[in-house]
Amino acid sequence: MARKISMKQAVNEALDQAMAADPTVICMGEDIVGGAGGNGEMDAWGGVLGVTKGLYAKHPKQMMDTPLSESAYIGAAIGAAACGMRPVAELMFIDFMGVCFDQIFNQAAKFKYMFGGKAETPVVIRCMVGAGFRAAAQHSQMLTPLFAHIPGLKVVCPSNAYDTKGLLIQSIRDNDPVIFCEHKNLYAHECEVPEASYTIPFGEANIVREGKHCTIVTYGLMVHRSLDAAAVLAKEGVEVEIVDLRTLSPLDMDTVLESVTKTGRLVCVDEASPRCNIATDISAQVCMHAFGALKAQIEMVTPPHTPVPFSPVLEDMYIPSAAQIATAVRKTIKGSK
Amino acid sequence: MSTITPIVMPKWGLSMKEGTVIEWLVEEGCIITTGMPIIDMETDKLANAVEAPDPGILRRKVASAGDLLPVKALLGVMADQDVSDAEIDAYIAAYVTPVATDEEDSSAQAFQYIEVDGIRVRYVQKGGSTGTPVLLIHGYGGDLDNWLFNIDALSEKAPVIALDLPGHGQSAVKLPAGVNLVAQAGFVVHFLDAINVTRAHMVGHSMGAAIASQIALDAPQYVASLTLIGSAGLGAEINSAYIDGFANAQSRRELKPVLEILFSDPALVSRQLVDDVLRYKRLDGVGSLLVELGQALFCDGKQNEQPGLKLGSSCPALVIWGRDDRVIPVNHASNAPKGATVEILEGVGHMVQLERASEVNRLIIQHISA
Repeated sequence: MARKISMKQAVNEALDQAMAADPTVICMGEDIVGGAGGNGEMDAWGGVLGVTKGLYAKHPKQMMDTPLSESAYIGAAIGAAACGMRPVAELMFIDFMGVCFDQIFNQAAKFKYMFGGKAETPVVIRCMVGAGFRAAAQHSQMLTPLFAHIPGLKVVCPSNAYDTKGLLIQSIRDNDPVIFCEHKNLYAHECEVPEASYTIPFGEANIVREGKHCTIVTYGLMVHRSLDAAAVLAKEGVEVEIVDLRTLSPLDMDTVLESVTKTGRLVCVDEASPRCNIATDISAQVCMHAFGALKAQIEMVTPPHTPVPFSPVLEDMYIPSAAQIATAVRKTIKGSK
Repeated sequence: MSTITPIVMPKWGLSMKEGTVIEWLVEEGCIITTGMPIIDMETDKLANAVEAPDPGILRRKVASAGDLLPVKALLGVMADQDVSDAEIDAYIAAYVTPVATDEEDSSAQAFQYIEVDGIRVRYVQKGGSTGTPVLLIHGYGGDLDNWLFNIDALSEKAPVIALDLPGHGQSAVKLPAGVNLVAQAGFVVHFLDAINVTRAHMVGHSMGAAIASQIALDAPQYVASLTLIGSAGLGAEINSAYIDGFANAQSRRELKPVLEILFSDPALVSRQLVDDVLRYKRLDGVGSLLVELGQALFCDGKQNEQPGLKLGSSCPALVIWGRDDRVIPVNHASNAPKGATVEILEGVGHMVQLERASEVNRLIIQHISA
């Protein structure tokens, strides 16, 4: 498996293979085909960062540019899903979900329940998440907890290209609405990815590093910051186990509890704002189900409760760093019973 | 200086670039014999013991537990007692880890693909072009990485070819029409034709050994010798918990205990090994293919075809089994063809060629040189 591709290519390949395999899979969104005044397919942009570039030429009947009206085309995608299509709508930035929130949490998430299981909504809403892109407070948020909060939605946030391809194909085949969160600062990250189509099931966390002293539970870009912290801690003789949740809803608590039971220590790292986020959720569940296993207080590493700053200096300070994560791990070791 | 022998990081398989030292199994001053396990090592594929390639006295441990080191990095130094510590210090200071050349480094170049009967298969060829080649055929659900510790060692004595069978590893997710052993044996013969090999030493593991036996029955002119390791096709029983468990496991949690059935030492099933198998199993079509193949060959704990029992004594055969094999019972070794050499290895499970690589390599080399 020697071929390496980026996370951006992985998204493109997953959409390509899913559309080729199933004519009911359609993509819609702002500029996902072209725009920017280009003359033909070749100079088409393929979305704001070029993720869908080249797909229109291969699947002209399954790719649709939409007007700049999120509530209109997200609603259209959800309606098409209820009528037998498998739409993948690209919403650019998760920050814009607010304008079509009713369509998502009060319609798509509820159809199956409200219609007694007779309606299914196999829609995928792709969006970019996360800070570090110098895109200021309205294009940089990690709003994953908002969607994990809603029963009826599935929430995916991969950390690498391999997981991205398998989880996106799984999202498209899944019969429930999926919010698929792509961290923009991971688009260039490369790893080995099979050329063939494959899926990764929801609700299975990945242990990206094994260790016995402390468990870090995280997802998305923070997986990489945690790995950096683990490399530093290893030199101090501290072996950290890192659990990459991959899907935030459903959530693989079994793997989290198993790991915490083994290590006795927990650090939750979340790029989302500190109140009511994935870190607080995991911490609460571990307290409830594995309190006896804990040898020390749980630590959380999150940004401060502020908008994402536009100043590059402040933005870099805002995002949790490997140094902060390492400090939190050391606190759990020091604070042990 | 000439009496100083380095112990270096071995290269286990094509894609290995580095390994992590888990712990030393011997102390400084210890007299080491060839083949003695000296260091527990872990790669991204598997954990295993490094066996001493040369005899000598261990004078210095250079690598420590936890070190992540490149292939050929210096792990330790052996030398006679009359070599001074200063000479050893100088040797260690002067040692430069050879940088892997592009050719050695690129696993992409090492793997080749060819289409046979409409099925694209991956294979690897190593060693010279003279002499009768050795063909390595893996078992059910396996791939050519099952020969991680054998390909390089065997290629020093003969050209080595290993393939991913149809529907396995990185070959196309498709089975030859007919699915049974005759169809698979026919496919392997067509593969040999496609790469212009007219005759080979057939080395098969598990289902691959049954395929090798079937080739010996159907196309004996292709078979210079047979080596059957933990062989299917030499009796009826097979552990259905393994076959069904492997075909049906969906998650790491379900798969790990199934893979542990393969080994005598369950600690050999590393997280990476489980992940690699899951990656394969999650490719579209693999799950149903494994169920179809498993039912065709090994339905309800019985092997439907037993080509090994029909083998005559005309073809030189070596039968190797692990005493603790929990997939195919070791007593099937007594059904080996007449005149075969039978070797039962103690403390080893089904994956004999991984768990006791150097012993298996030695037996195969001895067998094909005879």
